[in-house]
Amino acid sequence: MTNTLAYHQAASRSAWEIDAVFLFITVVSLFFFILVEGLLIYFAVRYRRRRAEEAHATSDVRSNFVLETVWVIIPSIVVIAFFVYGYVVYRDVTTPSPGASDIHVVAQQFLFNFKYPDGRTGINELRVPVGKPVKLIMTSRDVIHGFFVPAYRLKQDILPGRYTYLYLQPDKEGAYDVYCAEYCGGGHSTMRAKLIVMPPGEYANWVAGAAAEAAVPLADRGKALVEKFGCLGCHTVDGSPKVGPSLKGLFGRQGTLEDGRTVTADEEYIKESLYDPGAKIVKGFPNVMPTFKGTVSPDDVTAVIAYIKTLK
Amino acid sequence: MKDTTADGVALTVSGDAHPRGYLEEKGFWSWVYTLDHKRIGLLYLYTTLFFFLLGGIFALLIRIKLLYPGQQIFSDHMYNVLFTLHGSVMIFLFIIPAIPSGLGNFFIPLLIGARDVAFPRINLASYWVFVAGILVILASLVRPMDTGWTFYTPYSAKTAADVTLLSFGIFLVGMSSILTGLNFLVTIHKLRAPGMTWHRFPLFIWGMYATSIIQVVATPVVGITFLLLAMERLFGVGFFDPAKGGDPVLFQHFFWFYSHPVVYVMILPAMGIISEVIPVFSRKPIFGYRAIAYSSLAIAFIGFLVWGHHMFVSGMSKTANIIFSFLTFFVAVPTAIKVFNWIATMYKGSITFESPMLYALTFIFLFTFGGLTGMFLGALATNVHAHDTYFVVAHFHYTMMGGTMMGLLAGLHYWWPKMTGRMLSEKLARAGWLLTFIGFNVTFLTQFFLGYGGMPRRWAEYPAQFQPLNIVSTAGSWILAAGILIMFVNFIRGLYTGEPAPASPWKGLTLEWQVPSPPPTENFEEIPHITNWPYGYTKRKTDGYE
Ligand code: HEC
Ligand SMILES: [Cu+2]
Ligand SMILES: [Cu+2]
Repeated sequence: MTNTLAYHQAASRSAWEIDAVFLFITVVSLFFFILVEGLLIYFAVRYRRRRAEEAHATSDVRSNFVLETVWVIIPSIVVIAFFVYGYVVYRDVTTPSPGASDIHVVAQQFLFNFKYPDGRTGINELRVPVGKPVKLIMTSRDVIHGFFVPAYRLKQDILPGRYTYLYLQPDKEGAYDVYCAEYCGGGHSTMRAKLIVMPPGEYANWVAGAAAEAAVPLADRGKALVEKFGCLGCHTVDGSPKVGPSLKGLFGRQGTLEDGRTVTADEEYIKESLYDPGAKIVKGFPNVMPTFKGTVSPDDVTAVIAYIKTLK
Repeated sequence: MKDTTADGVALTVSGDAHPRGYLEEKGFWSWVYTLDHKRIGLLYLYTTLFFFLLGGIFALLIRIKLLYPGQQIFSDHMYNVLFTLHGSVMIFLFIIPAIPSGLGNFFIPLLIGARDVAFPRINLASYWVFVAGILVILASLVRPMDTGWTFYTPYSAKTAADVTLLSFGIFLVGMSSILTGLNFLVTIHKLRAPGMTWHRFPLFIWGMYATSIIQVVATPVVGITFLLLAMERLFGVGFFDPAKGGDPVLFQHFFWFYSHPVVYVMILPAMGIISEVIPVFSRKPIFGYRAIAYSSLAIAFIGFLVWGHHMFVSGMSKTANIIFSFLTFFVAVPTAIKVFNWIATMYKGSITFESPMLYALTFIFLFTFGGLTGMFLGALATNVHAHDTYFVVAHFHYTMMGGTMMGLLAGLHYWWPKMTGRMLSEKLARAGWLLTFIGFNVTFLTQFFLGYGGMPRRWAEYPAQFQPLNIVSTAGSWILAAGILIMFVNFIRGLYTGEPAPASPWKGLTLEWQVPSPPPTENFEEIPHITNWPYGYTKRKTDGYE
């Protein structure tokens, strides 16, 4: 239990404020809970019939105006307090901070695309410098998704055909989970991203491209890319089909297409699958794979292919 | 039979010509064509209880999948189908119809001194429309639904699953619900025994009256919504499709305009049952009769104005969020009033703890907890975090299962002897209760922690840090299942070998206890004449005790 609760430790002003509301409601509710359940149990024990078949005299009170008025007024005051406190903090966390930088979020089944003002893009990885507020401008390519940052206690649905907004206040460095919170189909639960809050210097380096991938083996880089670009939302690497066919044993395989043709999965085929997935549809699977043209660079495709080759 | 006075007339249970009462006539067709509200009530009860067990099996499978964080056990798609089926079956085929159509059908006429409901034929038709709906829903299993029971567009407009068929099935089930509600409203207005004024109603009647209003007013909205969805899928009309100028959030407004009030269709009748059981087993008049009666109407009314609390993060305007949050808190007040009244009823009583009372007390205990956790969801700030997480799942299981289902179980144990003419075993009933209570809390209390800890609902796979609590929750579901199993063994045993029940095993004063168990087909030999309310349970010292 402590594991679960500690995992998403509050890491932003929004989280501290919302946790405070949570605490306030908990304390007040706990008081009434103990009062009500305490009386329930106390009366049940105190007024139980001790010997069967021998009822003791019971009272004939049927109502009591004063008492009944009091217990209408007190809960009313309490709930108004809850409402006001909840509202004040809500207003706060949904109001943009001055100087926030805009980042576009485009959600699709089952990944998040991020677009920075200077043209950089990212998939399932949102990098921001610590201390600088961010305004997310979000829309969806297909169905409704949700953008949920548990460590910030914030969430907002992402709609097709419309923009919705979320304001982040990255107060602490670290990597935080982002979950899709609105059910969006087969790969919903694997639609996850990372919010990476970096020290300003490191962030500047990353922006400048200095944080280039160190000399890691190509296949390892491919593995990281497959994870990062959300392929696992639709593909498995253990042989079982998910939304799309498994990547295991794919390379070199003879496959049948929807239109009856057979093809061998070679480098060119995999590249085409990524850049123009509608061109060859694998038999028995829906044509839902998004194109990665523009998001996965040709270099990265090479790495992905190298990784797929290792999945025998 | 003579006039019935409130303070309990000892009754001579007349003639043993038909010891099995309304159950005397045997044979398949005698059930298919029956116009007797009691038989129709039983048909509804058996049907809904069957679907409760089916929905329970889906729930157990869901919990088994969640033992592991990854792709183990079965596929994610299968999981998505299962939680959709679990929700749809439990909501539309069990928890909405069980108390109103089952116990309501059976007991409304008995409690107001009528021989039947106002329109017996419509009543029978409503049952068969319900069955037709069930058949259509089952047909949709060929390409089973994977949208969740909430059918959110645009996903539901796009998925390959058979959304149209399932929503048509639910449309039929809703029609049956409207017919039943209408029937009850007319029955309560027109068929009361002489002297049965509104303030002499047993509180179950008040609860059912408020419920019927909601059924009649809200259900057509969901029917229309599903028609629109079907048009979207079949003819490509774009009500909810932004590419054609529609709005997916509009669907959510329509859907919750029905589905929020309908939670009161689930809970108000259960509250009615609790208001009957608590005084009987406390030997005390109900405290604050009028407050309980009117608060049912207040809940039904305010319940229509709060649907937006399901949509605080949907992209609705901030102003709308604020108004909905404010109104939502005001459903809490009439609900709190009822809880206070029940507890005050026990004050200075002479309380015994037979199984109906155990379930009634459990209802109060769990429902209070469920209600208080609703405060976190009504408040905007905490809602933003808890929405669409297991916190919500836990909250509504505390109110729906801890509340409505415990109320139904209180009612079943309370009225079983009347309905079947046979007693249940108290021993089995207590064992079933204990396991259910423990299992329920183990299963769902943990989910509050999972939810506030950030685990979204409807997730087939989850990050590993959530696994330990998921294991606890799954273990709880097995204890819960054991409790329910014992309970059903008791029901089945009771049907065949239970001891014959006396007319009034709990010494209740409402009218159903004044006729034999099981009641004769015409309910009352002579329509009783009512001169007082039914809660005169007080034992004075001078009364002595029988
Ligand atoms: C939205 C779900 C989805 C995502 C995300 C996705 N795919 Fe696919 N993918 C599919 C589906 C469905 C198919 C089969 C239909 C087709 O051929 O288009 C497929 C087919 C493929 C194929 C051809 C497989 C075969 O058996 O011939 C390859 C290779 C592939 N995907 C690689 C990837 C990689 C690499 C990524 C990540 C960069 C990725 N996919 C992301 C759904 C997805
Ligand atoms: Cu999703
Ligand atoms: Cu609601």
